Amino acid sequence: MAENETPLWEVFIRPRNGLSHKHCGSIHAADEVMAVQAARDVYTRRGEGQSIWVVRSADIIASDPKDKDELFEPTAEKIYRHPSFYKIPDEVGHM
Amino acid sequence: MYSQGLIGADGSTDESQEVLAAFQQRIDAEEKIEPNDFMPQGYRRTLIRQIGQHAHSEIVGMLPEGNWITRAPTLKRKAALLAKVQDEGGHGLYLYSAAETLGVSREEMTEELLAGKAKYSSIFNYPTLTWADIGTIGWLVDGAAIMNQIPLCRCSFGPYARAMIRVCKEESFHQRQGYEIVMTLAQGTPEQKAMAQESLDRWWWPVLMMFGPHDADSQHGDQSMAWKIKRFSNDELRQKFVDATVPQAEYLGLTLPDPDLKWNPEKNGGQGGHDFGAIDWDEFWAVVKGRGAMNRQRVEARRKAWEEGAWVREAALVHAQKRAERNRLMTQAAE
Repeated sequence: MAENETPLWEVFIRPRNGLSHKHCGSIHAADEVMAVQAARDVYTRRGEGQSIWVVRSADIIASDPKDKDELFEPTAEKIYRHPSFYKIPDEVGHM
Repeated sequence: MYSQGLIGADGSTDESQEVLAAFQQRIDAEEKIEPNDFMPQGYRRTLIRQIGQHAHSEIVGMLPEGNWITRAPTLKRKAALLAKVQDEGGHGLYLYSAAETLGVSREEMTEELLAGKAKYSSIFNYPTLTWADIGTIGWLVDGAAIMNQIPLCRCSFGPYARAMIRVCKEESFHQRQGYEIVMTLAQGTPEQKAMAQESLDRWWWPVLMMFGPHDADSQHGDQSMAWKIKRFSNDELRQKFVDATVPQAEYLGLTLPDPDLKWNPEKNGGQGGHDFGAIDWDEFWAVVKGRGAMNRQRVEARRKAWEEGAWVREAALVHAQKRAERNRLMTQAAE
Protein backbone atom coordinates (compact mmCIF):
# COMPACT_ATOMS: atom_id res chain seq x y z
CA MET A 1 0.00 0.00 0.00
CA ALA A 2 2.67 2.47 1.08
CA GLU A 3 4.29 2.95 -2.36
CA ASN A 4 1.01 4.07 -3.87
CA GLU A 5 -0.30 6.58 -1.39
CA THR A 6 -3.22 8.79 -2.35
CA PRO A 7 -2.11 12.42 -1.92
CA LEU A 8 -3.16 14.48 1.09
CA TRP A 9 -4.96 17.83 0.61
CA GLU A 10 -5.70 20.59 3.11
CA VAL A 11 -9.26 21.85 2.99
CA PHE A 12 -10.39 25.47 3.47
CA ILE A 13 -14.05 26.44 3.65
CA ARG A 14 -15.70 29.84 3.33
CA PRO A 15 -18.78 29.56 5.55
CA ARG A 16 -20.52 32.67 4.20
CA ASN A 17 -19.90 35.35 1.63
CA GLY A 18 -17.93 38.13 3.25
CA LEU A 19 -15.82 35.79 5.38
CA SER A 20 -12.44 34.39 4.45
CA HIS A 21 -11.74 30.73 3.80
CA LYS A 22 -10.75 28.91 6.96
CA HIS A 23 -8.77 25.71 7.38
CA CYS A 24 -10.97 22.84 8.56
CA GLY A 25 -8.96 19.63 8.04
CA SER A 26 -7.57 17.42 5.34
CA ILE A 27 -8.63 14.64 2.98
CA HIS A 28 -7.00 12.15 0.65
CA ALA A 29 -7.77 12.26 -3.07
CA ALA A 30 -6.05 11.28 -6.29
CA ASP A 31 -6.52 14.66 -8.00
CA GLU A 32 -7.91 18.14 -7.45
CA VAL A 33 -11.38 17.37 -8.87
CA MET A 34 -11.89 14.45 -6.52
CA ALA A 35 -10.33 16.47 -3.69
CA VAL A 36 -13.05 19.13 -4.01
CA GLN A 37 -15.79 16.49 -4.17
CA ALA A 38 -14.43 14.62 -1.16
CA ALA A 39 -14.05 17.88 0.78
CA ARG A 40 -17.69 18.70 0.04
CA ASP A 41 -18.85 15.26 1.29
CA VAL A 42 -16.69 15.28 4.41
CA TYR A 43 -16.79 18.91 5.54
CA THR A 44 -20.05 20.44 4.28
CA ARG A 45 -22.87 18.01 5.01
CA ARG A 46 -24.97 20.65 6.79
CA GLY A 47 -24.59 23.83 4.78
CA GLU A 48 -21.27 24.80 6.36
CA GLY A 49 -19.85 26.18 3.15
CA GLN A 50 -20.28 28.56 0.23
CA SER A 51 -16.88 27.84 -1.28
CA ILE A 52 -14.08 25.29 -0.94
CA TRP A 53 -10.35 25.58 -1.50
CA VAL A 54 -8.09 22.55 -1.54
CA VAL A 55 -4.31 22.64 -1.70
CA ARG A 56 -1.84 19.80 -1.62
CA SER A 57 -0.46 19.47 1.91
CA ALA A 58 3.02 19.00 0.45
CA ASP A 59 2.81 22.46 -1.13
CA ILE A 60 2.27 24.30 2.15
CA ILE A 61 5.32 26.07 3.55
CA ALA A 62 5.00 26.64 7.29
CA SER A 63 7.10 28.58 9.75
CA ASP A 64 8.86 26.53 12.39
CA PRO A 65 7.49 27.00 15.92
CA LYS A 66 11.12 26.83 17.14
CA ASP A 67 11.82 30.07 15.23
CA LYS A 68 8.82 31.79 16.75
CA ASP A 69 10.78 34.12 19.01
CA GLU A 70 13.18 35.53 16.43
CA LEU A 71 10.58 35.51 13.66
CA PHE A 72 8.08 37.61 15.56
CA GLU A 73 10.45 39.45 17.87
CA PRO A 74 10.65 42.71 15.81
CA THR A 75 6.93 43.30 16.23
CA ALA A 76 7.02 43.31 20.02
CA GLU A 77 9.25 46.38 20.33
CA LYS A 78 7.38 48.50 17.81
CA ILE A 79 4.78 49.75 20.24
CA TYR A 80 4.40 52.97 18.21
CA ARG A 81 2.43 50.89 15.70
CA HIS A 82 -0.50 50.83 18.11
CA PRO A 83 -2.96 53.72 18.47
CA SER A 84 -2.69 53.71 22.26
CA PHE A 85 0.97 54.84 21.91
CA TYR A 86 -0.20 58.38 21.08
CA LYS A 87 -1.57 60.69 23.73
CA ILE A 88 -4.56 62.69 22.60
CA PRO A 89 -6.34 64.97 25.11
CA ASP A 90 -9.84 63.94 26.18
CA GLU A 91 -11.25 67.27 24.97
CA VAL A 92 -10.59 66.22 21.38
CA GLY A 93 -13.20 63.52 21.71
CA HIS A 94 -13.11 60.04 20.26
CA MET A 95 -10.40 59.51 17.67
CA MET B 1 -19.34 7.76 17.42
CA TYR B 2 -16.97 6.85 20.21
CA SER B 3 -13.52 6.07 21.47
CA GLN B 4 -13.24 3.54 24.25
CA GLY B 5 -11.36 4.60 27.31
CA LEU B 6 -7.90 4.20 25.72
CA ILE B 7 -6.64 0.65 25.43
CA GLY B 8 -2.95 -0.13 25.62
CA ALA B 9 -1.02 3.03 24.79
CA ASP B 10 2.49 3.49 26.08
CA GLY B 11 2.71 6.94 27.67
CA SER B 12 6.30 6.44 28.83
CA THR B 13 8.63 9.16 27.69
CA ASP B 14 12.38 9.79 27.98
CA GLU B 15 12.76 13.56 27.79
CA SER B 16 14.62 15.38 30.57
CA GLN B 17 12.72 16.67 33.60
CA GLU B 18 13.23 20.31 32.51
CA VAL B 19 11.76 19.69 29.07
CA LEU B 20 8.79 17.80 30.49
CA ALA B 21 8.21 20.51 33.09
CA ALA B 22 8.23 23.22 30.41
CA PHE B 23 5.71 21.24 28.37
CA GLN B 24 3.54 20.67 31.44
CA GLN B 25 3.60 24.40 32.08
CA ARG B 26 2.09 25.05 28.63
CA ILE B 27 -0.56 22.41 29.32
CA ASP B 28 -1.37 23.86 32.74
CA ALA B 29 -1.74 27.31 31.17
CA GLU B 30 -4.41 25.74 28.90
CA GLU B 31 -2.33 26.45 25.79
CA LYS B 32 -3.27 24.22 22.87
CA ILE B 33 -0.48 22.06 21.47
CA GLU B 34 -0.29 22.25 17.66
CA PRO B 35 1.21 19.66 15.30
CA ASN B 36 4.59 21.36 14.72
CA ASP B 37 5.10 22.24 18.40
CA PHE B 38 7.46 20.28 20.58
CA MET B 39 5.72 17.44 22.41
CA PRO B 40 7.07 14.54 24.50
CA GLN B 41 7.25 11.21 22.70
CA GLY B 42 4.76 9.70 25.14
CA TYR B 43 2.23 12.47 24.48
CA ARG B 44 2.53 11.93 20.72
CA ARG B 45 2.28 8.13 21.05
CA THR B 46 -0.73 8.30 23.37
CA LEU B 47 -2.56 10.64 21.00
CA ILE B 48 -1.77 8.64 17.87
CA ARG B 49 -3.11 5.60 19.65
CA GLN B 50 -6.19 7.29 21.05
CA ILE B 51 -7.19 9.26 17.94
CA GLY B 52 -6.50 6.19 15.79
CA GLN B 53 -8.72 3.99 17.98
CA HIS B 54 -11.37 6.69 17.92
CA ALA B 55 -11.24 6.95 14.11
CA HIS B 56 -11.38 3.16 13.70
CA SER B 57 -14.40 3.11 16.04
CA GLU B 58 -16.25 5.55 13.78
CA ILE B 59 -15.46 3.51 10.67
CA VAL B 60 -16.27 0.12 12.19
CA GLY B 61 -19.29 1.74 13.85
CA MET B 62 -20.84 2.15 10.40
CA LEU B 63 -21.18 -1.64 10.08
CA PRO B 64 -23.74 -2.58 12.77
CA GLU B 65 -26.05 0.22 11.60
CA GLY B 66 -25.37 -0.31 7.91
CA ASN B 67 -26.81 -3.76 8.51
CA TRP B 68 -30.31 -2.20 8.76
CA ILE B 69 -30.28 0.44 6.03
CA THR B 70 -32.02 -1.75 3.46
CA ARG B 71 -34.58 -2.92 6.01
CA ALA B 72 -35.49 0.37 7.69
CA PRO B 73 -39.28 0.37 8.21
CA THR B 74 -40.05 3.67 6.43
CA LEU B 75 -38.42 5.94 3.88
CA LYS B 76 -37.99 8.62 6.57
CA ARG B 77 -36.13 6.21 8.87
CA LYS B 78 -34.03 4.99 5.97
CA ALA B 79 -32.99 8.51 4.93
CA ALA B 80 -32.11 9.39 8.54
CA LEU B 81 -30.13 6.18 9.05
CA LEU B 82 -28.21 6.72 5.81
CA ALA B 83 -27.35 10.27 6.90
CA LYS B 84 -26.25 9.02 10.31
CA VAL B 85 -24.02 6.30 8.89
CA GLN B 86 -22.54 8.83 6.46
CA ASP B 87 -21.81 11.10 9.46
CA GLU B 88 -19.94 8.26 11.17
CA GLY B 89 -17.80 7.89 8.06
CA GLY B 90 -17.19 11.65 8.10
CA HIS B 91 -16.25 11.55 11.80
CA GLY B 92 -13.75 8.79 11.05
CA LEU B 93 -12.20 10.99 8.36
CA TYR B 94 -11.97 14.10 10.60
CA LEU B 95 -10.19 11.96 13.15
CA TYR B 96 -7.81 10.23 10.74
CA SER B 97 -6.96 13.71 9.49
CA ALA B 98 -6.20 14.85 13.08
CA ALA B 99 -4.04 11.76 13.68
CA GLU B 100 -2.10 12.35 10.47
CA THR B 101 -0.91 15.72 11.80
CA LEU B 102 1.09 13.71 14.36
CA GLY B 103 3.15 12.01 11.69
CA VAL B 104 1.31 8.71 11.20
CA SER B 105 -0.01 8.00 7.69
CA ARG B 106 -3.54 6.98 6.76
CA GLU B 107 -2.11 3.87 5.12
CA GLU B 108 -0.35 2.79 8.33
CA MET B 109 -3.55 3.22 10.32
CA THR B 110 -5.61 1.36 7.72
CA GLU B 111 -3.08 -1.48 7.62
CA GLU B 112 -3.26 -1.83 11.42
CA LEU B 113 -7.06 -2.02 11.33
CA LEU B 114 -7.16 -4.54 8.48
CA ALA B 115 -4.48 -6.68 10.13
CA GLY B 116 -6.71 -6.87 13.21
CA LYS B 117 -4.01 -5.18 15.30
CA ALA B 118 -5.77 -1.88 15.95
CA LYS B 119 -8.34 -1.59 18.73
CA TYR B 120 -11.72 0.07 18.35
CA SER B 121 -14.64 0.43 20.74
CA SER B 122 -15.81 -2.94 22.07
CA ILE B 123 -19.45 -1.97 21.53
CA PHE B 124 -19.25 -2.54 17.77
CA ASN B 125 -18.48 -6.21 18.25
CA TYR B 126 -22.07 -6.82 19.30
CA PRO B 127 -24.62 -7.76 16.60
CA THR B 128 -27.67 -5.68 15.61
CA LEU B 129 -30.38 -8.33 15.71
CA THR B 130 -33.56 -6.24 15.49
CA TRP B 131 -34.68 -2.83 14.20
CA ALA B 132 -35.00 -1.72 17.83
CA ASP B 133 -31.19 -2.04 18.08
CA ILE B 134 -30.85 0.89 15.69
CA GLY B 135 -32.88 3.02 18.10
CA THR B 136 -30.98 1.74 21.14
CA ILE B 137 -27.61 2.42 19.50
CA GLY B 138 -28.55 6.01 18.71
CA TRP B 139 -30.00 6.63 22.15
CA LEU B 140 -27.41 4.86 24.31
CA VAL B 141 -24.25 4.27 22.28
CA ASP B 142 -24.28 7.77 20.81
CA GLY B 143 -25.45 9.09 24.19
CA ALA B 144 -22.40 7.54 25.85
CA ALA B 145 -20.25 8.91 23.03
CA ILE B 146 -21.50 12.46 23.63
CA MET B 147 -20.74 12.12 27.36
CA ASN B 148 -17.16 11.24 26.48
CA GLN B 149 -16.68 13.58 23.55
CA ILE B 150 -17.86 16.86 25.01
CA PRO B 151 -14.85 17.04 27.35
CA LEU B 152 -12.60 15.97 24.44
CA CYS B 153 -13.52 19.27 22.74
CA ARG B 154 -11.19 20.81 25.35
CA CYS B 155 -8.38 18.31 24.78
CA SER B 156 -4.92 19.91 24.86
CA PHE B 157 -4.07 18.79 21.32
CA GLY B 158 -5.55 21.39 18.94
CA PRO B 159 -6.45 19.26 15.89
CA TYR B 160 -8.16 16.60 18.05
CA ALA B 161 -10.12 19.22 19.98
CA ARG B 162 -11.25 20.92 16.75
CA ALA B 163 -12.30 17.61 15.19
CA MET B 164 -14.32 16.82 18.32
CA ILE B 165 -16.18 20.13 18.13
CA ARG B 166 -17.37 19.22 14.63
CA VAL B 167 -18.27 15.70 15.76
CA CYS B 168 -20.24 16.88 18.80
CA LYS B 169 -22.32 19.28 16.70
CA GLU B 170 -23.47 16.35 14.57
CA GLU B 171 -23.79 13.75 17.32
CA SER B 172 -26.87 15.30 18.88
CA PHE B 173 -28.95 14.41 15.80
CA HIS B 174 -27.80 10.79 16.19
CA GLN B 175 -28.96 10.49 19.76
CA ARG B 176 -32.30 12.20 19.16
CA GLN B 177 -33.14 10.08 16.10
CA GLY B 178 -32.30 6.95 18.15
CA TYR B 179 -34.44 7.99 21.10
CA GLU B 180 -37.32 8.77 18.75
CA ILE B 181 -37.10 5.27 17.23
CA VAL B 182 -37.20 3.68 20.70
CA MET B 183 -40.03 5.99 21.77
CA THR B 184 -42.10 5.03 18.73
CA LEU B 185 -41.63 1.36 19.56
CA ALA B 186 -42.25 1.86 23.29
CA GLN B 187 -45.54 3.64 22.55
CA GLY B 188 -46.54 1.11 19.88
CA THR B 189 -48.07 -2.38 20.08
CA PRO B 190 -47.12 -4.70 22.98
CA GLU B 191 -44.88 -6.60 20.53
CA GLN B 192 -43.08 -3.40 19.54
CA LYS B 193 -42.61 -2.39 23.17
CA ALA B 194 -41.26 -5.86 23.95
CA MET B 195 -38.80 -5.49 21.07
CA ALA B 196 -37.55 -2.20 22.51
CA GLN B 197 -37.19 -3.73 25.99
CA GLU B 198 -35.35 -6.80 24.66
CA SER B 199 -32.93 -4.56 22.80
CA LEU B 200 -32.31 -2.41 25.89
CA ASP B 201 -31.68 -5.59 27.92
CA ARG B 202 -28.95 -6.68 25.51
CA TRP B 203 -27.20 -3.29 25.08
CA TRP B 204 -27.29 -1.74 28.55
CA TRP B 205 -24.26 -3.48 30.06
CA PRO B 206 -22.07 -3.33 26.94
CA VAL B 207 -22.83 0.41 26.79
CA LEU B 208 -21.65 0.90 30.38
CA MET B 209 -18.44 -0.95 29.41
CA MET B 210 -17.81 1.65 26.69
CA PHE B 211 -16.40 4.02 29.31
CA GLY B 212 -13.54 1.60 29.90
CA PRO B 213 -12.20 -0.09 33.04
CA HIS B 214 -12.74 1.31 36.54
CA ASP B 215 -10.35 4.11 37.43
CA ALA B 216 -8.49 1.84 39.86
CA ASP B 217 -7.74 -0.59 36.99
CA SER B 218 -7.07 1.96 34.26
CA GLN B 219 -3.37 2.18 33.42
CA HIS B 220 -3.35 5.37 31.37
CA GLY B 221 -5.75 7.61 33.25
CA ASP B 222 -3.34 9.64 35.36
CA GLN B 223 -0.88 10.65 32.65
CA SER B 224 -3.68 11.42 30.18
CA MET B 225 -5.40 13.60 32.80
CA ALA B 226 -2.14 15.44 33.60
CA TRP B 227 -1.59 16.14 29.90
CA LYS B 228 -5.26 17.21 29.60
CA ILE B 229 -5.95 14.71 26.87
CA LYS B 230 -8.72 13.50 29.18
CA ARG B 231 -10.69 15.76 31.47
CA PHE B 232 -12.79 13.25 33.41
CA SER B 233 -12.06 9.72 34.57
CA ASN B 234 -13.84 6.65 33.18
CA ASP B 235 -15.94 6.23 36.35
CA GLU B 236 -16.93 9.90 36.48
CA LEU B 237 -18.21 9.77 32.91
CA ARG B 238 -20.00 6.46 33.47
CA GLN B 239 -21.78 7.90 36.52
CA LYS B 240 -22.89 11.00 34.59
CA PHE B 241 -24.22 8.76 31.83
CA VAL B 242 -26.22 6.54 34.18
CA ASP B 243 -27.71 9.56 35.94
CA ALA B 244 -28.69 11.13 32.62
CA THR B 245 -30.18 7.94 31.19
CA VAL B 246 -32.39 6.73 34.08
CA PRO B 247 -35.08 9.42 33.60
CA GLN B 248 -34.99 8.90 29.82
CA ALA B 249 -35.77 5.19 30.29
CA GLU B 250 -38.48 6.01 32.82
CA TYR B 251 -40.20 8.30 30.35
CA LEU B 252 -40.29 5.45 27.82
CA GLY B 253 -41.71 3.04 30.40
CA LEU B 254 -38.76 0.72 29.82
CA THR B 255 -36.75 -0.97 32.55
CA LEU B 256 -32.96 -0.80 32.75
CA PRO B 257 -31.86 -4.42 33.33
CA ASP B 258 -30.10 -3.83 36.65
CA PRO B 259 -31.79 -4.94 39.90
CA ASP B 260 -29.15 -3.01 41.90
CA LEU B 261 -29.94 0.30 40.25
CA LYS B 262 -31.27 2.73 42.86
CA TRP B 263 -31.23 6.38 43.86
CA ASN B 264 -28.62 7.30 46.41
CA PRO B 265 -29.03 10.85 47.81
CA GLU B 266 -25.47 10.81 49.19
CA LYS B 267 -23.88 10.38 45.77
CA ASN B 268 -22.13 13.07 43.69
CA GLY B 269 -21.14 15.05 46.76
CA GLY B 270 -24.64 15.14 48.23
CA GLN B 271 -26.42 16.06 44.97
CA GLY B 272 -27.65 12.51 44.63
CA GLY B 273 -27.06 9.95 41.94
CA HIS B 274 -27.67 6.34 41.06
CA ASP B 275 -25.91 3.30 42.46
CA PHE B 276 -25.67 0.56 39.91
CA GLY B 277 -24.68 -3.10 39.78
CA ALA B 278 -21.33 -4.75 39.01
CA ILE B 279 -20.11 -4.77 35.42
CA ASP B 280 -18.94 -8.08 33.94
CA TRP B 281 -15.33 -7.15 33.17
CA ASP B 282 -14.53 -10.67 31.97
CA GLU B 283 -16.95 -10.09 29.10
CA PHE B 284 -15.39 -6.71 28.39
CA TRP B 285 -11.84 -8.06 28.18
CA ALA B 286 -12.95 -11.05 26.11
CA VAL B 287 -14.49 -8.67 23.55
CA VAL B 288 -11.48 -6.33 23.61
CA LYS B 289 -9.17 -9.27 23.04
CA GLY B 290 -11.09 -10.42 20.00
CA ARG B 291 -13.61 -12.93 21.32
CA GLY B 292 -16.79 -10.88 20.90
CA ALA B 293 -19.66 -12.08 18.73
CA MET B 294 -18.71 -9.93 15.73
CA ASN B 295 -14.96 -9.15 15.98
CA ARG B 296 -14.04 -11.37 13.06
CA GLN B 297 -16.87 -10.23 10.79
CA ARG B 298 -16.12 -6.54 11.46
CA VAL B 299 -12.49 -6.77 10.37
CA GLU B 300 -13.43 -9.05 7.49
CA ALA B 301 -16.00 -6.52 6.27
CA ARG B 302 -13.39 -3.74 6.36
CA ARG B 303 -10.88 -5.92 4.54
CA LYS B 304 -13.42 -6.83 1.86
CA ALA B 305 -14.32 -3.16 1.35
CA TRP B 306 -10.63 -2.25 1.11
CA GLU B 307 -9.80 -5.01 -1.37
CA GLU B 308 -12.86 -4.45 -3.53
CA GLY B 309 -12.05 -0.74 -3.67
CA ALA B 310 -8.45 -1.33 -4.75
CA TRP B 311 -9.17 -0.98 -8.46
CA VAL B 312 -10.95 2.32 -7.87
CA ARG B 313 -7.98 3.76 -5.98
CA GLU B 314 -5.55 2.51 -8.62
CA ALA B 315 -7.65 3.80 -11.51
CA ALA B 316 -8.04 7.20 -9.84
CA LEU B 317 -4.29 7.56 -9.39
CA VAL B 318 -3.54 6.52 -12.98
CA HIS B 319 -6.22 8.90 -14.23
CA ALA B 320 -4.72 11.73 -12.18
CA GLN B 321 -1.24 11.01 -13.60
CA LYS B 322 -2.58 10.92 -17.16
CA ARG B 323 -4.40 14.21 -16.72
CA ALA B 324 -1.33 15.86 -15.22
CA GLU B 325 0.79 14.58 -18.12
CA ARG B 326 -1.74 15.79 -20.71
CA ASN B 327 -1.85 19.23 -19.08
CA ARG B 328 1.94 19.38 -19.11
CA LEU B 329 2.07 18.52 -22.83
CA MET B 330 -0.61 21.09 -23.67
CA THR B 331 1.24 23.79 -21.74
CA GLN B 332 4.43 22.83 -23.59
CA ALA B 333 2.70 22.99 -26.98
CA ALA B 334 1.27 26.42 -26.18
CA GLU B 335 4.70 27.84 -25.38
